[in-house]
Parts: sequence; C-alpha cells; structure tokens
Amino acid sequence: MNRILKTFCASLLALLPLAAMAQIDGEFVKPRTGKFLLQNATVVTVTKGTLSNTSVLVENGKIAQVGTGISAGDAEVIDCSGLYIYPGMIDGGTRLGLVEVSSVAETVDYAEIGNVTPNMQALTTVNPNAEAIGVTRVSGVTTVLTVPTGGLFPGTAALINLNGYTPDQMYGGFKAIVMNFPSSGRRGRFDRRSDEDIKKDSEKALKEANDIWDNAKNYLKLKNAGAELQYYPEMDQLSKAVSGELPLLIVVDAASDIQSAIKWVEGKDAKVIFSGVAEGWRVADEIAKAGIPVITGPVQELPTRQSDRYDAAYANAGKMAKAGVKVALRTDEEENVRNLPFHAAFAAAYGLGKEEALKAITIHPAEIFGIADQYGSVEAGKRANLVISTGDPLETKSQIMHVFIDGYRIPMSNRHIRLYQEFLERSPGLKVN
Amino acid sequence: MKKLNFILAALLGMGLNYSQAQTPKGNLLIKNATVLTVTKGNLENTDVLVQDGLIKQVGKNLSAPSGVETVDASGKYLMPGIIDAHSHVALDVVNEASAPIVAEVRMKDMVNPYEIGLYRALAGGVTISHAMHGSANVVGGQNATLKHRWGSDDPADIIMQDAPRTIKFALGENPTRVHGRGNNIQPRTRMGVEAILRNGFNEALQYKKGWETYNAAKGQKGNTLAPPVFNDRLQTLADILDGKIIIHCHSYRADEIYMLINVAKDFGITKLVFQHTNEGFKVAPEIAEYTMGASVFADWWAYKMEVYYSTAFNAAILQRNGVITSINSDSAELIRHLYHEAAKTQRYGGLSDDEALAMITINPAKQLGIADKVGSIEVGKQADLVIFEGHPLSSYAVPQMTFVDGVKYFDIKSDSDDQRQLVSATEMVEPVYLHAEEDHQCLQGVEEYFHAFMGTFMQDHTH
Repeated sequence: MNRILKTFCASLLALLPLAAMAQIDGEFVKPRTGKFLLQNATVVTVTKGTLSNTSVLVENGKIAQVGTGISAGDAEVIDCSGLYIYPGMIDGGTRLGLVEVSSVAETVDYAEIGNVTPNMQALTTVNPNAEAIGVTRVSGVTTVLTVPTGGLFPGTAALINLNGYTPDQMYGGFKAIVMNFPSSGRRGRFDRRSDEDIKKDSEKALKEANDIWDNAKNYLKLKNAGAELQYYPEMDQLSKAVSGELPLLIVVDAASDIQSAIKWVEGKDAKVIFSGVAEGWRVADEIAKAGIPVITGPVQELPTRQSDRYDAAYANAGKMAKAGVKVALRTDEEENVRNLPFHAAFAAAYGLGKEEALKAITIHPAEIFGIADQYGSVEAGKRANLVISTGDPLETKSQIMHVFIDGYRIPMSNRHIRLYQEFLERSPGLKVN
Repeated sequence: MKKLNFILAALLGMGLNYSQAQTPKGNLLIKNATVLTVTKGNLENTDVLVQDGLIKQVGKNLSAPSGVETVDASGKYLMPGIIDAHSHVALDVVNEASAPIVAEVRMKDMVNPYEIGLYRALAGGVTISHAMHGSANVVGGQNATLKHRWGSDDPADIIMQDAPRTIKFALGENPTRVHGRGNNIQPRTRMGVEAILRNGFNEALQYKKGWETYNAAKGQKGNTLAPPVFNDRLQTLADILDGKIIIHCHSYRADEIYMLINVAKDFGITKLVFQHTNEGFKVAPEIAEYTMGASVFADWWAYKMEVYYSTAFNAAILQRNGVITSINSDSAELIRHLYHEAAKTQRYGGLSDDEALAMITINPAKQLGIADKVGSIEVGKQADLVIFEGHPLSSYAVPQMTFVDGVKYFDIKSDSDDQRQLVSATEMVEPVYLHAEEDHQCLQGVEEYFHAFMGTFMQDHTH
C-alpha cells in the first residue's frame, strides 16, 4: 500500500515540471543585444546630413560605423532598403515611469509632500515595467527626461532610456534639480484673487525662494570650508544647483515670470535650463539675450490667453528659435509621450521648420543636457539609440519598423499591439458558431 | 382687408422662418483644388460652386456667376467641414449632476456664442460640434449640435436647427463616483447603472401608457379621466423609446457597452451611439450589429482605471469590424486638430485616407443624424468646407480657410491677434491659462461631489 502510494506520488512529482511547461503557449520576445548591420538605408544623421544607401553597424551598444560597404562579418543583417534611419527621439520633459494610472493616487509617484524637496529622486521611482514605457518606445522615442513636480523645489529629474530592468540600467547620464518658478499671474478663470493679493503673493513667493537659495548658498560655503554640518538632505542636494554641479531646470510659463526668472538667474553660478516656457514668444529676445536654453511644450496646446492667436502654442518654438534661443521640445506627458514627433511636426508647420523641429527632439536636447557626445545624432561612437521607419517619423502615416536602445533591438510589441492582434478578428465573433 | 390678411400671413411666415433666415448663406466658387469628397473619391484640379449656402456644382472649369467671389485653391486641398461628435466648446455649463437621470435639461439653453473656442475650432477646420452634456449622470441632458457661425451674438444662430435631438448617457466610473460614492445613492456599481436605466425606461413606459389611455378616452362619452401630470424627464425617456432621440453614451469598458446594447435591445431602442468607447474593440462585432457606431479618442488611455486596458488601435479594429467609427475630441485643444487625430488611425492600424477622413466627416454626421446635409462634398449638401495647405492627414498640414454654409469664418491670412467677440470690462489682468484649464470638461462642475475622497487628483483628467 505504502509502496504503491510512494510510486504514485513520485510519478506525479516527475510529471509536474512537464505539466507546467505544457500549459504555456507562444514565445515571449525580449529585447536583445548583439552586433547588427542595418543595411542600405537612407540615414538622416541630423548633424552630418542625409546619406543615401548607407549602412549602420551597431556593436557593444554603440554605433560602430556609419558608411557604405561595411562588411557584415558576424553581424545580424537587417535589410533596410527603402527605409530611413533616424537617431532615437528625446523628450525633454515627461512623467514617464512615475505614474501608471493618473486618477489612481496609489500609482502616482511624481509629487511628494513639501515645498522644498530637491532630494526626491525621480530615478528612484521610475518603474521600468510601467506599461507606458513599452507603449512609448515603439514610436521611436527612446529617451526621456522624467520630471517630478509639486512644490517650489520638487525634486531631481533624471534622463532615462526606455529599455532596462532597473532604474540604473535605464539611467541616461543626466540629472537636474527642478524649480517651479513662483507664478505671478492670474492662474485661469477660477483664480479669484484681487490684483493686489496676486502681487503680494508673488512677492512673498519670490522672497521665500531667495531665502531658500541663500540657505543653500550658506550650506555650500560651510561645506566647502570643511564644516561639520547637520544632516540636511534638502540643502545638500540644493547646494549642488547653487554650485552648478547639477543643472537647475526652472519650470516657468507666463511672460512676466520668465522675465523675473531671467533676472533671478543673473549673477548666480547655477547652470539654468528653462522648461515649459509657454509664453516664451512674448519675451523671446530677452531669453535669447540671457543665453538660457529652453525645453518648451506641449506644442499641441491651447493658447495661454483668450486674446492670443489660435496658433500661439504651435508657433511658440519657432518664434523663440528665430530670436536665437536654443529650443528643445517636451510633451509634458505621461502615457502619451509617443506623440512627441507629432508635437515636433506642429512646431515645424507653424514656423520652426522641419529640420529645426527634428533637431529639437534629437541633438538640441542632447546639447542642452551636455550629452551630445553620446546622443542626438547618427554618428559613429554614439550610443546606438536608433529608429528605423518607412518615412519621416514626424508624419503620422509613417510606420516605425525597428527601434534600438543602447544597442538593444527592441521588440515591436506592447499591450496596445497585443490587444490589436487579439481583437482585430475576435474569435468567437458575433455568434459562438 | 384682404391686403391686411396677406401682410399678416407674410409676417407670420417670417416669424416661423426667423431662426433659419437669420443665418447667413454664402455664394462662392473655389477653383482648382484637390477635392477630397470623402464619399465620391478624390478629384484633382476641381472647382466647387456654392450657391445660397449649398454645394451647387462640383466639376472642372466652372465659372463664377457675376458678383460671386472666387477663391483660388491651386495646390491646396479641399475637404468637407470637420465634425466633432463629442465636444463641450461654447457651453456655459456642462453638468446638471443633481440626479442619476436628468433627461429634461437641454444644452441648447447653455450655448455661449462668444466663446473663443468656436473660432479656434474653425481654425482647425471644424464646422460642426456636438455640444454635449457632461458624464455625471446615467441619463444626462439633451445635447445641442452646433454650427460654428462665429460672430453672431444669438445662440440660436450657432445651433444647427435642422439636426435631430440627441441625449447624453454615461456608464462606469463617472456616474458611480458622483452618485454612489459622492452622494451615497444608486448607482455605486455598474449593476446599479443598469438598474437606473431599466427603472427609468420602465417608468417611461408606464407614463406613456397613462397618456395613451388618457388620449384614447378623451373623446369618449362620459369620460372622466384626468390627464396624467406632465413630466418632462419621463416624456424625454418616452421620446427615446419612440426613436425620436439618438442616445450618445459615454462608455469605456466592454462589459458596460455590452450591457447597454442588451438594455437597448430589450426596449427596442436602435438609435444608439457609443462615446469614448475605449474598450469598444473588445465588443466590436456587437457594436457593429446593433448600434449606430462608436465615437472614440485616437490615442487617449491610462488617465483613469477604466481606460487602462485601451489600445490606440481601437478605431482601426472597430472600422475593420464594420462599426461606423468617428474620432472625437472632448477637448477644446484636440478639437483644433481632429485631422491629425484621424491620421493616427494610419499609424495605428493602417487605415486608408478615405477611411481616416470619414472618421471626422461623414461618420460623425451619420452618428448625429445629419449625413443627408453635411459630411461630404456632394451636390445639394450644405457648403461646410475647409481648405488645407498640405494633405489634411499630414502632420504638417495647416488649415487655411473654413466655410460654414458657404460663408468664410476663418482665413489664416486675416487672422488677427485678438479674435474675441466679447471682452470683460472688469478683467484688469487677463488670466493666463496653463495646461488647458478650460479643457477636459466632461465632469466640469461636479468637483464638490467628490472632493472629500479624490482630493486634487481630479483636476487633471476628468473625461
């Protein structure tokens, strides 16, 4: 009896792993690295012109070679005849990875409590498996700045590449301390404050910002002098913006705020980048004169004032560029960062021009972030962040065929695509039989 | 005396035609355009003649009758005016959130002809929008179909008087949040939503029967029946049962869509359009078989739980399953580039140019019951037209001129800095609207119902 039972159990156990395997259908396609030769494409390098019948060799995560007649050797060859190769697109301002479902508070991790929290690290809370990351990267947006928001100094933004299983694997080599510049204007129709109160509030907010900055300055001075300082993580982080060790990303939109931000920046050692800059076109010359680079957007956005031209937001980037401002673009999105190329197209059509619009989502953000040696164009030696498409990726009709991030070939799939595959021809359809 | 009668009759006639006669009708010849008719193919180097606000002729080498303005559209594209089947532009109030059924309220009483959003929509080629009640109630108010006759100060001129009645329904998170979680009354769940619908329609059937009984007995000898008490709410539901009103139902999840299809079947309702319909792709065969289709976002998802399992391929899947599909905005921003939103069906699902364009013209026209009047460039239809620089489905396209009834309401060449019709005299400092504060109005005006448990997170996405 015992023997029979033992034998039975043993045979059951032996069957278990087999049974578990047998219940899984299909294959999961993972991102994979290796040596790839993207053959015979039209390569839009962005910085070195457009090269026809050109191949790109990808090796060790980098663009090893761009040219004609590259021998494949042991590389996997991907025929790109009739296709175009672009550098991976860079979104200069998102909340990608910091939120899953925006109305569900438990999944929203971009806004911490407190007014001065520069030590909050966006990179820490990036969820590498956020559904929106898979949805975004097949569009050819390979790299984004992900930005915390909330108080005056809400945290530290981080650049991430949209491939990897840990935040460190995704980290793109750029961080900036965020400042939401105090707003002096009337914030929309529901702002019922009197003109006087608005003025008082903005003066108070600016004074507060100055006090905090002075504290950080003192902190830095003491620290540099070798003083033993109390644990003060907020000041420790903010002092890095004071010294210029980390850039200061100032989010500012209304014209008068941009002007006071320009004034505020004067005489400080901080490396400043403006973000948002919705009314930049009103004070474009002043921004240009101050030499502050700008990450503007969203482009597909309403004008800020009822009296503005309908295309104020579309034309903003072009007007600033014309005035001599270095312009990059952002979507300020979480789930629809994939629309970055379309924001760029609108900016192009309303004054920025196609070439500058492409630069505004490739080489310009790379330059502004100080990482142009690695990002923003198709050149040998740079990171292999590449988009292969049937045409201009800023055109809705173009199809993105392949995406490479850090030399990894990205599977062209995500939940949106899988749902399409399942439901295009549902089975059963209307009737069961 | 006879003469007086004649004058009185003439005056009476004028009175009846008042709202029709008020709106201007244009005469116009558009020359040498690439005409995207949507229903009859694309015509190169073609002219369109407009007379009295209607399309009189489409062909080559047409000449303008004397005194009729000619617009040279060489190298440009001409398409039908874009129709947005889901908008809240030009509405002063969006939600009457006080009860799960508010069928008696009417958006036509809320139309604000001064709203700059109308002009901005025209600048995006949109000539007609479906100004909808919000989504706070299972049965919301009656919507208004607007023609963007910018510049009039009479709301009646902005309303498309010859469009049929439509009404807003809403399923899922919004009505359950406002009433169940906000007010602690049914519905708190999607089960409750179904119950509200069935209770409402059954009550309306009884109400209808009461009137039928009364009307049948009215002429009879010895009849002592008093008339039932008039109830606008139940009368409107009865009108839905009689097929006099098209339902436009805010919906997201497949289960709730399927539920309403079943309720509609049980009550013999066939005039039903789903709005948003993010999970419509899961029940596409059912939507195709039993309804007038679905009006969807091109790519919105993940802003709340019930749209988390969405796909940007929704419109393409619906289209391939035979659903009449339109792309809408529900946004004062998106309404300005619906041509671009429609083009996303080419990125996500590879639809043809005609299929994509139909989603913002003839398909929404069908869903609003106005396809015999607008939605394509055909002789006899109302001359709502847009001239584009670049193909409208290109992301570089720029609308140049927009006409309603043959009258030009937008011209990029004469667009000036301040297009407002009305400027507030008390407004010293013009407010700066950042990140579309005016946008996303589906739940506008219901914040107080859920401040207690939603905090600030409702400020962002409230569709």
